[in-house]
Amino acid sequence: MKDDSLMLYLHVPFCVKKCNYCDFLSFASGDDTKERYVDALCKELVGRKQEMLGRRVSSIFFGGGTPSLLSHARIRRILDLIRRIAYVDKNAEITMECNPGTATFENLKGYREAGVNRLSIGLQSASSKELKLLGRIHDYRTFLKTYQDARKAGFLGVNVDLMSAIPGQDLAAFRETLESVLGLSPQPEHLSVYSLILEEGTKFWQWDQEGRFQGDLAIPSEEVDRAIYADTRERLTKAGYEQYEISNYAKPGFECRHNLGYWTRRDYLGLGLGAASLLSEVRYQNETDIGKYLADPLAGRSAQTLSKKDQMEEFLFLGLRKCKGVPKKEFLECFGSSLSEVYSAVIEKNVSNGLLEEDEEGIRLTKRGMDLANYVCAQFLLDEV
Amino acid sequence: MAHTDQSKIRNFCIIAHIDHGKSTLADRIIEQTGLLTSREMQAQVLDNMELERERGITIKAQAVRTVYKAKDGQEYIFNLIDTPGHVDFNYEVSRSLAACDGAILVVDAAQGIEAQTLANVYLALDHDLDVFPVINKIDLPSAEPQRVIDEIEDVIGLEAQDAPLISAKNGIGIDEVLEQIVQKVPAPKGDPNAPLQALIFDCVYDSYKGVIVFCRIMEGTVKKGTEILMMATGAREEVVEVGYFGAGQFIPCEELSAGMVGYITASIKNVKDTAVGDTVTDAMNPCKEPLPGYKKVLSMVYCGIYPADGAKYPDLRDALEKLQLNDASLFYEPETSIALGFGFRCGFLGLLHLEIIQERLEREYNLDLVTTAPGVVYKVHKTNGDVIELTNPSNLPDPSEIEYMEEPIVSAEIMVTSEFIGSIMELCQERRGRYLGMEYIEGTRALLKYELPLNEIIYDFFDALKSRSRGYASFDYDIKGYEQSKLVKLDILINREEVDALSFIVHADSAYERGRKMCEKLKDEIPRHLFEIPIQAAVGGKIIARETVKAMRKDVLAKCYGGDITRKKKLLEKQKEGKKRMRQVGNVEIPQKAFMSVLKLDDKD
Repeated sequence: MKDDSLMLYLHVPFCVKKCNYCDFLSFASGDDTKERYVDALCKELVGRKQEMLGRRVSSIFFGGGTPSLLSHARIRRILDLIRRIAYVDKNAEITMECNPGTATFENLKGYREAGVNRLSIGLQSASSKELKLLGRIHDYRTFLKTYQDARKAGFLGVNVDLMSAIPGQDLAAFRETLESVLGLSPQPEHLSVYSLILEEGTKFWQWDQEGRFQGDLAIPSEEVDRAIYADTRERLTKAGYEQYEISNYAKPGFECRHNLGYWTRRDYLGLGLGAASLLSEVRYQNETDIGKYLADPLAGRSAQTLSKKDQMEEFLFLGLRKCKGVPKKEFLECFGSSLSEVYSAVIEKNVSNGLLEEDEEGIRLTKRGMDLANYVCAQFLLDEV
Repeated sequence: MAHTDQSKIRNFCIIAHIDHGKSTLADRIIEQTGLLTSREMQAQVLDNMELERERGITIKAQAVRTVYKAKDGQEYIFNLIDTPGHVDFNYEVSRSLAACDGAILVVDAAQGIEAQTLANVYLALDHDLDVFPVINKIDLPSAEPQRVIDEIEDVIGLEAQDAPLISAKNGIGIDEVLEQIVQKVPAPKGDPNAPLQALIFDCVYDSYKGVIVFCRIMEGTVKKGTEILMMATGAREEVVEVGYFGAGQFIPCEELSAGMVGYITASIKNVKDTAVGDTVTDAMNPCKEPLPGYKKVLSMVYCGIYPADGAKYPDLRDALEKLQLNDASLFYEPETSIALGFGFRCGFLGLLHLEIIQERLEREYNLDLVTTAPGVVYKVHKTNGDVIELTNPSNLPDPSEIEYMEEPIVSAEIMVTSEFIGSIMELCQERRGRYLGMEYIEGTRALLKYELPLNEIIYDFFDALKSRSRGYASFDYDIKGYEQSKLVKLDILINREEVDALSFIVHADSAYERGRKMCEKLKDEIPRHLFEIPIQAAVGGKIIARETVKAMRKDVLAKCYGGDITRKKKLLEKQKEGKKRMRQVGNVEIPQKAFMSVLKLDDKD
């Protein structure tokens, strides 16, 4: 059942430079465009006031791109506006993504004072060689400075993003990065560990096509990738983190509520260039052309109404990403039929193949099931009736 | 009433190697004899084609009648009979030729004589046709008309010095062709008052008129009300309508008399009653004997055709039934495969015929098909004296019951420029060819003669030939007969289960190589499963090759956030869609295209 809470996502598409593996909607730009963009974002917020009416904003997430390329004054302007036009829960989680070397202590302090209470830092690797290959603008020392500044500025919930399966990486190399991060004091409350995916249209994709990822720069095999994955889980569990999603680990109580909201299909309103929304049964996507967006931030939003079938499928393939899995009770409440009525055959088959676990509460992926999440989830797509 | 004056009729066809301009010349003849203006030609011919397609009848006009006012001031009726241009349809070609009195030989001024040119000319001469050559594409920069004229005289022995030099594409020299048709194609003979004797050279099915029989009247006269008898099939019907061929349309007329080409309809519902090559006569006043040359058409190549979606089996059956209405040479019978379920074993004249039918099933009937490797008809001589004609490898008796086996052999002629002789001979050698000889056509070109097993040329011989001669070799063949051969059945085991639809018959000497390639290919085609899958090739229970598909290790997207969801779902949908195109054998899912992968094992080229 939908409650009255609403999550807000604000997209900041600017980066100092595009990373070699990145296929997100982001690009470099001057200060003038940033100013115009914040203007447009504010205009959009005001224009979408109706959609926030009567809702309790439970989390706000600045994603990118690199949101920390916006000054604290600009972030404050946006947050103040949101508070004026919508009801923001006093316990709301307000996260900002931040890349090392893009935020001064002054800005970090400013963000904190503006209400941002969670920071997600994109470290990716502690190895300068790997960082260079990825096309990141920072080195590990720059990260350390940003991390310490963030702590000094008063951030209590800090996430660090790491990347595995970087070309040329082996288990030992990744372990070094992991140990460096665990050696931080205080340790980050949250870690996200993604394995790299080569996406079409990126430099990495092109380099791979050209055969440049060979020898020393070979893309780690599936075996290495899975060894890193298992090792990470084991090491982080020992360090007091709990895995709560396929790629996410947190100290107790520090799970990212905003992201959990995506995986439980809470309503969210996406603002900014190309941002996606889910409001009740409709999924939206904003205009993706920056020129058009700046000209009219409310135009060009496309909508797709989700059928009950779509919603059930999403509920399953998103829910299964969480370690807690898909709760039976909520499924029944949402859709009026029980999970086993709809999916008993698929569940049974995957349980017997050792990919799913089932109990009274619900179903969830086993460890092997997590390695093969797509294989399992694809089976939860329903045939057209 | 007076019958049509035979001296004013010319029945002819155009023969050529593929791409030498046969159809273009046909179009020009139709256009310049004034049957249609060039504007109408576009409109009418195309419109009609579409209608034809809708009704599922023949795509190309089989015959057309036009009227030409010659320089002598007389009007002549031209019946141009179109002949299919491929070796698969040699029998049909021979019947079309038998309906003519003369033939125009079109030769490309740049390419000169090719294998099919020779084959077609010899076929035409066999039917006592008067053949006159036409040199086409003279406006090409690489045209060498005089060289080609000399070649025609030297190689074929046809008088060619006065051959019209034309460009069918640009309408150059067409007048001369029309005049030569009048002068060089003899007028038909035959007595309009003799008992009816008409040759069937094609037929189409029309849902309103029933079977429309295309025929050439050799003797006698046929009109509405005549009770006709098909001499080979024994079918009897009363004629409903006779007529001739307009441009893409049927034009009824009073009667068809000796020397004429036209059509007959007689409420014939079953196309099997009208065999190409059969003789139509008057049931009340029959001719003494049928025309010579009738043969029952035999399928040369067989394969299994299955619906990709098992539930579409009835649709496939209906589609085959409809196609057969127009194509009596298509054979099919139901069969069952453990791997593929219910489907049909289909017989074809050759590989091109197979491809055409497959394409039409997919395009016109919107069916998604799984086709097994095509095979030829083997003769299995059993120890108890029985002889089986084997069309499906799965039906091969136990080796202990087999005395010996025979396979069909073809005589092949390959025309090639001298620089490629070596590589083409090597290819024929690899395909178990028996060298018969070589003739030099002129300084730089040779005609290679080989005997080859049919099963060695049905897969990819033509492609290999083209690629090893940079497209210059041309090829023609004729079925010669059966020969004893050391053949074995190669079985494929996937996860230790034999997959019947992948079995095929192969010469014992190439079994190992084929088996190995097959396993390698299947290893690439079969996706990883939760468990490891051995792929094995076996002959008579003995494993001769093995590959392994490793178990699935990783299939997960690391990231999935708000905006990603639509993308992620598309990915999963694609994955699920892929699964639909799989066939479950035991607990292994095999993609449909794996069943056709045996076709493309020659990775050398």
